[in-house]
Amino acid sequence: MPNAQNLSVAFVGSGGAGALTAGSLLLEAAGAAGWQGLLIRTVGPQIRGGEAAAVVRLADHPVESLPDHLDLLIGIDWLNAQRFGAEIEVGPHSLVIGDPRGGEPPKGIAAFGAPIVAIPMKDMAKAIPDGRPNMIALGIAGKLLGLGEPAFLALFEKWFADKGQAAIDASRASLKAGYEAARDLDLGRPIVPPKAGSTQKKWLVSGNEAAALGAIRGGIRFAAAYPITPATEILEWLAPNLAKVGGALLQAEDELAAINMIIGASYGGTPALTATSGPGLSLMIEALGLATAAEIPIVVIDVMRGGPSTGIPTKSEQADLNIAVYGCHGDAPHLVLAPQSVGDCLFTTQWATYLAETLQTPAIVLSDQFVGQNHAIIERPAEIAFLGQRSRAAEAAGEYKRYALAANGVSPMAIPGIRGAQYTADGLTHTERGIPTSGAADHQIQLDKRRDKLERFNYGDHWASIEGTGNLAVIAWGSVTGAVREAIARAAEDGIEVSLIAPRLLSPARPEQFAAALRGKKRALIVEQSHGAQFHRYLRAHYDLPAAVRVLNRPGPLPIKPGEIHRAIKDWRL
Amino acid sequence: MSQFADAPKIASLADLFAVAYQIEADAVERYTVLADQMETHNNPELVAVFRDLARAEAIHRDEILRLAGDIDVIAHAQRMAKWKRGESPEESDLSSAHYLMTPWHALQLALPGEERALAFFTSIVESTTDPEIKRMAAEFMEEETEHVNLVHQLLKKYPSPPESWPQESDPPVSQE
Amino acid sequence: MSTAKTQLACKPADYKSDIKPIWCPGCGDYHVLMSFTRAFAELGLPPEQIVVVSGIGCSSRIPAYTNCYGFHGVHGRSLAVGAGLKVTRPDLTVVVASGDGDGYSIGGNHFLHACRRNVDMTYVVMDNHIYGMTKGQPSPTTEPEFDTALSPGGTGLRPFHPLVIALASGANFIARCFSGEPNETASVLVEAIRHPGFSFVEILSPCVTFRPDEKNWKNLVHPAPVVATDDPAKAARRIMTDDGFNIGILYRGDRKPYAPETGQALVELSELEKEFEL
Repeated sequence: MPNAQNLSVAFVGSGGAGALTAGSLLLEAAGAAGWQGLLIRTVGPQIRGGEAAAVVRLADHPVESLPDHLDLLIGIDWLNAQRFGAEIEVGPHSLVIGDPRGGEPPKGIAAFGAPIVAIPMKDMAKAIPDGRPNMIALGIAGKLLGLGEPAFLALFEKWFADKGQAAIDASRASLKAGYEAARDLDLGRPIVPPKAGSTQKKWLVSGNEAAALGAIRGGIRFAAAYPITPATEILEWLAPNLAKVGGALLQAEDELAAINMIIGASYGGTPALTATSGPGLSLMIEALGLATAAEIPIVVIDVMRGGPSTGIPTKSEQADLNIAVYGCHGDAPHLVLAPQSVGDCLFTTQWATYLAETLQTPAIVLSDQFVGQNHAIIERPAEIAFLGQRSRAAEAAGEYKRYALAANGVSPMAIPGIRGAQYTADGLTHTERGIPTSGAADHQIQLDKRRDKLERFNYGDHWASIEGTGNLAVIAWGSVTGAVREAIARAAEDGIEVSLIAPRLLSPARPEQFAAALRGKKRALIVEQSHGAQFHRYLRAHYDLPAAVRVLNRPGPLPIKPGEIHRAIKDWRL
Repeated sequence: MSQFADAPKIASLADLFAVAYQIEADAVERYTVLADQMETHNNPELVAVFRDLARAEAIHRDEILRLAGDIDVIAHAQRMAKWKRGESPEESDLSSAHYLMTPWHALQLALPGEERALAFFTSIVESTTDPEIKRMAAEFMEEETEHVNLVHQLLKKYPSPPESWPQESDPPVSQE
Repeated sequence: MSTAKTQLACKPADYKSDIKPIWCPGCGDYHVLMSFTRAFAELGLPPEQIVVVSGIGCSSRIPAYTNCYGFHGVHGRSLAVGAGLKVTRPDLTVVVASGDGDGYSIGGNHFLHACRRNVDMTYVVMDNHIYGMTKGQPSPTTEPEFDTALSPGGTGLRPFHPLVIALASGANFIARCFSGEPNETASVLVEAIRHPGFSFVEILSPCVTFRPDEKNWKNLVHPAPVVATDDPAKAARRIMTDDGFNIGILYRGDRKPYAPETGQALVELSELEKEFEL
């Protein structure tokens, strides 16, 4: 039986039926009632009128992954809903509600044998002036989840203000009709609302928004933008908000320009960022090498989507690990970090900015569509002290050495305007003064310097999430970490102790810390969303793993759910 | 005079010093650039020739500053109209440099500049009505005559190279 | 008059670094470097307030030869670097240096959008109609019949017309110079740098190694017979129909430069999170 404190609802619809809007409203209203939660959107390829599904998962604790099964599925219609078959799974205990005029439900749903309750949402909507079936569906969900109507009514005022009073009234009437239609239904188990009285402020935020805020908090004051799904929201959030804090965003003509613009800004002393996805990152690779060689801090957020090539733009995958870590030609050590949840996008991007500025090197933040575009209700993340502080050169009289050797490998950087410290930043192999050279000794010295500054830095405990004590370690990264945590919690309920190792810092590798985390572990289960098991190979390249290793890997777009991981743990009994 | 139609107008002694200074300073700059080019391209014989030429011109340049006494020659030169098309008479033609050039080429490159400088000061001596300007321009004229003669003497010492001089033993190499 | 004389005045030599150029003797770029230092001296800008940005190619070696701040980046992207720098540091004078391969081929798209964007900076392209660093392949401005190893018998392609493209794309100042006339070039650069918005200066700069025929350019160039116009239609006719050796300022526009306000925070940082609060 699913836990009563952990509820999942999906709205499915097509042709602009409003499933996504219903999901957003449900999440926000639930948040106001004290729930934490996650809204997972999944859409077809059309820009408008496509099939869409919104999965809302609510709990009294942080929610970081998809549910295995839905408690409630409302089909506003079923057109093309089979596309989402494996993403919106029902179980024998699910309640499925459909409009009899909405077509045949997908085979997967019928196969589970869950009863389908017919509610004629379309016809009901027609009876209401300007009525909307999705608001009826929302009413049904609100009733079944025990949410009060007033929470929604207040939201309508906010959401539909620009559509006018008629739209607000129509939504209210539709919502009421939905509550009425669900009067005699229930989910077959009690709903326990979250305890009131938590003083911690709640946020409703997407990972992309959180990352953008983290960037500004870390000191980013310039962004260059080339739109790409699923990263655009970062750029769109930054455009007005950078202006508010005295920064600026420039729309570039392409990703090549975008990354070179931020390099120019950072060379001038302004911490700078761009956000993109796989195809854009591919175009940016050459300039990432330049920023590495010329030691110019920048932050690049890659919100990963299905690849290669154009791949699946709207869906998640963890397959840009190789290009992020190894993409540059030459030996080009730089930072690669990965957030592990919607809320962690804030921390990781802020930390990445701090590290890039401190270490004068590019940082790639490997987010993905799942954490990037999904909205979550989370407790307000704690403030962190990381603010980018670049070591700057003072006014100089003599020969300024931009790339002077230093014990920690970081040389004070002159910013244009500082008198007497003029130098030329260069991607050519250079001397300590920055003068081009093809000499073996200078090449070696500068390669060593750039490697050492990253490897010798003390990254503290943030480099990884290390939890639990079992001698089976699940090793994961990025957005699958949430599903792994949930699987480990379920295993604990079965009496199986399992530990988690999830590196947030992927490059440079931390062999000593990793070995310490693995001490005493007999088995490792590696979980990742990549067809080529890129993470497994990465771990093999940099770390010693226990003798017994299993890999649970799958490409996108199917998310890896907690249940599968839980099963893999249970099935691996000694 | 027609060949100096674009030359700055000489209306005072200060103008004359400024122009004479600029001519010598430009020559120093160009010979130094040429010497540096030859150094980078490993032609030590030519490095020596161009450094010598640069040194000789620098002596003249500094001599002009001395002769000018209290006149702020550098500031005046900056304020004056610049040489236009055809340029300052003594500016040698950088575009005729070649990494395999010989001392003969260097002197051929220097000669027109010296001759043009001589012609320029001669034209001032002939056209000015100001006795002070005439006297000083005549002095510069004399100086330039010596230079021209010197180059001619040196040219006797350095015969013209065989026609095969620009033939390369190695082809150019590609970079970047 | 004081004997302290003009020690403080800016001299071209103040803008030259101690690094010796690797350009071939005879290369037009030596003259361009002279023009840069003369222009900077004339403007009287402190060298630390100037940034010379470049990409890859012979011409792109120029930043390190100046005593200004320099940036020598990747091939073709110098305008993007310059835009990011100037927008965030409007106090600096930004000069972007490029060549016909770097600027018109690999960097062609950025050229169009830099003209359009009209950020207040100066773009200098040293055009020698050839790829020099890689030993003489045809560039976008190479004549169609010019024979090279990569294009036996010539490319047969119509050369790119940078000035027309610049005008059509919105550049705010357009000039053509000849490297062999450093004083004229310097005075054009002074005006280009002073002119608000995106200034484009194409400098014909011969490659003596792979295009010895270009030594004849000094006999072909001639001053533009009329002064610069602010009428794009007139400028277009002029640029389209001239012989390619018309030297001088050809167009001076009055478009407002693109310069977002930066530096002044309007809200406290803590305000930004308010939109996420439930």
